[in-house]
Amino acid sequence: MSLSVQQKAPSHRLLTTDHRSIGINYLLLSLVAVTIGTILSIFMRIHIVSPMLKLPIWGVVPPEGYLALVTMHGTLMVFFVLTTAPVNGFASLVLPSQIGAERMAFPLLNAISFWLTTISLAVLLTAFFVPGGAPISGWTNYPPLSAIPAAGPGQATGMDLWLLSIGIFCLASILGAVNQLVTIISKRCPGMTLMRMPLTVWSWLVTAILILFAFSILLAAVVLLLSDRHFATSFFIPPGEVINGFAVDPHANGSPMLWLHLFWFFGHPEVYIAILPAMGLTSSLLANFTRKPVFGYRFMVVTTLLIGFFGLLVWGHHMFVSGMNPYAGTAFALTTMAIAIPSSGKVLGWMAMLWRGRDSRVHPLPTPMLFTLGFLSFFITGGLTGPILAQPVLDAYLHNTYFVVAHFHLIMAMAGVFSLFAAVYYWFPLITGRLMNERLGKWHFWLSLLGAYGTFFPMHFAGLAGMPRHYAQLGGSTSTLTSLMPLQTGISHSAFLLAATQLLFLVNLAWSARRGQPSGDNPWRATTAEWTPVTKGCIARYGPYEYRHSINSADFFQQCAERPEQE
Amino acid sequence: MTDHVWWMPPNGALHGAAIDRLMWWNLVALATLFVLAHIFLFIALIRRKSTGHDLSPMRWEYLPLIALTVLYAWMAVSAQKLWATIRYQGAAPHALQVEVTGQQFQWYFRYPGPDHTFGRTRPELVSAPAGNPLGLDPADPHSADDIVSSVLTLPAGHEADLGIRSIDVIHGFFIPGMRVKQNAVPGMEMHIHFTPATPGDYPILCSQICGLGHARMQAHLNVVSNSEFEAWIAAKGRKK
Amino acid sequence: MPATFTRIPADVERKDTGIGGKPPVDRRPTGGGGGDDNWENHPNGRRGPRELLTRYRMGLFCALAGDLMFFIALVSAFFVHQNAGHFDPRDAYISDWHPLVVPPILWINTAILLLSSLTIEIARRHLFHEVDVMEEWLGLGRPAVRRASPWMIGTVILGVLFLIGQWIAWKQLASQGLFFTTTQNSHFFYLVTATHGLHLVLGIAALLFALGALFLLRRVEMRQITVDCTAWYWHTMGIFWIFLFVLLTCFQ
Repeated sequence: MSLSVQQKAPSHRLLTTDHRSIGINYLLLSLVAVTIGTILSIFMRIHIVSPMLKLPIWGVVPPEGYLALVTMHGTLMVFFVLTTAPVNGFASLVLPSQIGAERMAFPLLNAISFWLTTISLAVLLTAFFVPGGAPISGWTNYPPLSAIPAAGPGQATGMDLWLLSIGIFCLASILGAVNQLVTIISKRCPGMTLMRMPLTVWSWLVTAILILFAFSILLAAVVLLLSDRHFATSFFIPPGEVINGFAVDPHANGSPMLWLHLFWFFGHPEVYIAILPAMGLTSSLLANFTRKPVFGYRFMVVTTLLIGFFGLLVWGHHMFVSGMNPYAGTAFALTTMAIAIPSSGKVLGWMAMLWRGRDSRVHPLPTPMLFTLGFLSFFITGGLTGPILAQPVLDAYLHNTYFVVAHFHLIMAMAGVFSLFAAVYYWFPLITGRLMNERLGKWHFWLSLLGAYGTFFPMHFAGLAGMPRHYAQLGGSTSTLTSLMPLQTGISHSAFLLAATQLLFLVNLAWSARRGQPSGDNPWRATTAEWTPVTKGCIARYGPYEYRHSINSADFFQQCAERPEQE
Repeated sequence: MTDHVWWMPPNGALHGAAIDRLMWWNLVALATLFVLAHIFLFIALIRRKSTGHDLSPMRWEYLPLIALTVLYAWMAVSAQKLWATIRYQGAAPHALQVEVTGQQFQWYFRYPGPDHTFGRTRPELVSAPAGNPLGLDPADPHSADDIVSSVLTLPAGHEADLGIRSIDVIHGFFIPGMRVKQNAVPGMEMHIHFTPATPGDYPILCSQICGLGHARMQAHLNVVSNSEFEAWIAAKGRKK
Repeated sequence: MPATFTRIPADVERKDTGIGGKPPVDRRPTGGGGGDDNWENHPNGRRGPRELLTRYRMGLFCALAGDLMFFIALVSAFFVHQNAGHFDPRDAYISDWHPLVVPPILWINTAILLLSSLTIEIARRHLFHEVDVMEEWLGLGRPAVRRASPWMIGTVILGVLFLIGQWIAWKQLASQGLFFTTTQNSHFFYLVTATHGLHLVLGIAALLFALGALFLLRRVEMRQITVDCTAWYWHTMGIFWIFLFVLLTCFQ
């Protein structure tokens, strides 16, 4: 238990326990991870279309190098970008202020989770530099490929580092989730009842619960796998295992299926962990930029809770063809279809909010709003392929093809990242006191949108054509895949555009932090409490989205106000 | 509707037509929704008028949601029916038995030979250089007439029962042209059955990342006429 | 960083949330103060003496909920293994599952652990005894600390005894020829007892820390929180052990 709540004012940005600084540190960490992850994905795209090309630093990428790129790209993006940034980064930055608290429940614990996350990232990146290189078994790391060092290059030390890194990450996430959960439950300011919490806070609440469940399971799976690798147990190693001509362990009697179940019990909630904060943010931003209350606040809360609940029950839809009982496939197909309903409900709510129109005099489509619309577009596009993949009989054809790659890159990666961009553009004034450049922001949005659709939409066709993912090259003894070369070349070029566009974002960040237009206290004229300058405790007097009050010249009421002195 | 859906390779299996039909309906329904949603987004983007009054949740949320729920329910039910007919039951007793074994990075296909029984395999005997990639036990009388091939040859119009296994890591047995996919999990034997209908050459791919040679773990399925199949298997048996 | 960054002044120690006020005691005031959502019941500015205690407890229980999931995942491995038998091509059932008879010393260990739960509960109660707490709060000596610390030391001793007992159990198994890698079941036995043992080592560290805190921490409330959280952690580990023990003995 941390007792050193007693602390000095943060003398150093890095060693602080101040939640805003930690939030910024988390975001910078994610920025590093997303930069590396993007460069890796560019290398992948180059390798697919011209395998013999010499890359800078890397040289000619061998097939296992390609798989190492895939694995590290996936791990970086899923864990260190899509989990770290929306859940830990932005939650640390604004969650306490949004509920009117001055700090997190356990500030020191927050700092500890940040440092554990940093260590975890460092350990993961070390995997590139050890003999054998990074692991090659994809971010899902199915055993026995991941359980036996002889199964491939990178599966020895690289795999150990991966497991170590993820183990630390689990610990950091669990601690972070405990902190958020307690903060939300116990640190709300007077008047901030549950049904007055902003929808972002609801999302973080459900996310924290999911993290508590999912990451604990992943941690156990990692411990079991490490034990298989180093203590000669065989939880995941089946009998009669022969690798490279050598029988591994005659006494083994494990089951790789156990890993699949444990991993996906983590893996699917993980998707919602990444996307729920984005959903909450979308509701908030749409309300702000249309200057109308959230349409069906209660409905949004209920759907958030339902998505969180069903999110724990659908893991089997990743395993329809993995050897699971076909009856179980039916059950998981039904729960998966069920989760499509609250998700669709949310989309309908957002559309209704858009339809009520916006007051163009107030906001002529600023960049955060554009990115929110981008999120909506990707969420719809990626979401609509979900019901196809939820049908075992169709998934049996599309499973592990580019169709799935398109699906989750649109709904998780692009939707998630666009929402992150919206959040950065929206909350940037909180960090620096300046607005980001609108012109650069608009270019950034439209080019990213073009690049993202150009990259991921055609992947549906490659998937329908039957091209499996994780293929380092299109050749091989059968010729069907080579006909997809023009398509893949187009995808690669779009991906280059998408990546290059992000330079605009970096330039914008650097420029605006120093030269951006000063924002004032509440540049978006928002209601939620992070924009309310409060020095000494606050009190919530209104619901979170009190827009459209045009009576007294003010068209909105800030949710929280300074608490009157008493006693 | 053409003989194959959009980008999908031509279907060569008996059960494939139903899958393709279902896929086509799904793609059409969801593509329509995709287009409608984006037209809506675009109109909302350029629309300047602000509706003063609140919208009715019934018309904007619940009714469309019910419509979507009906759509999802239809998808679930129709897909479930098909899934049940394809996967719930095992193969017919007279189906042609073939054992498929995945191994980094090669598929092997074993036919039981005239005695219709697979010989015993033992992991410690597995040795590809010695010509025994599956570890057939010579002590077992059933193994003598087993035929191991690197090409899967099946007679058209005759149901095939594939027992899929792996001896090292998880592989994915995927024949796009037959609309068939099943992971090969070491330590388990998974059975799938289908009836190839159209003679031809179909690629077999590995759909589950299995190591550095994953992309080149490909093989061929040859669907031939019944007489050709008899001749092929006889020739294979003689060569042994 | 620019001005907005320090819009809310950097952390200063809270003064108004129960610290200056009375520390929590075992006799609860009637009405109000609970975790209910009705803010009208809360006095403005201060939410009662239990606020900090409740927060730390809540954090602990959330973390323990995660820990429970961790153990559930491990236990799922046990059941998967148990049912991992399969039919070979000759239709013979093949299973590598060898039931394992737990060493009888585990019964003694279980009793020791239960006893330690009792001792730490007594220590915890002492720290909330109203008369003593008020005396400490008013700075008239430390009766609660004096009464609680022997029980804490007793708990540490019992905890160490339990760990030694587990070690002996391992030795006994090893002497029967059952090592970590021998069978499926022994993997699980060693892994799960080791994991639980590790949790107890952490618990003993927490106990020692709390013991030190009793004498070093100046605020009554922080002393209470350390001991309280340690005690709840210890109880939970006791409950986990009962589950695991039942699993290991009855579900072979």
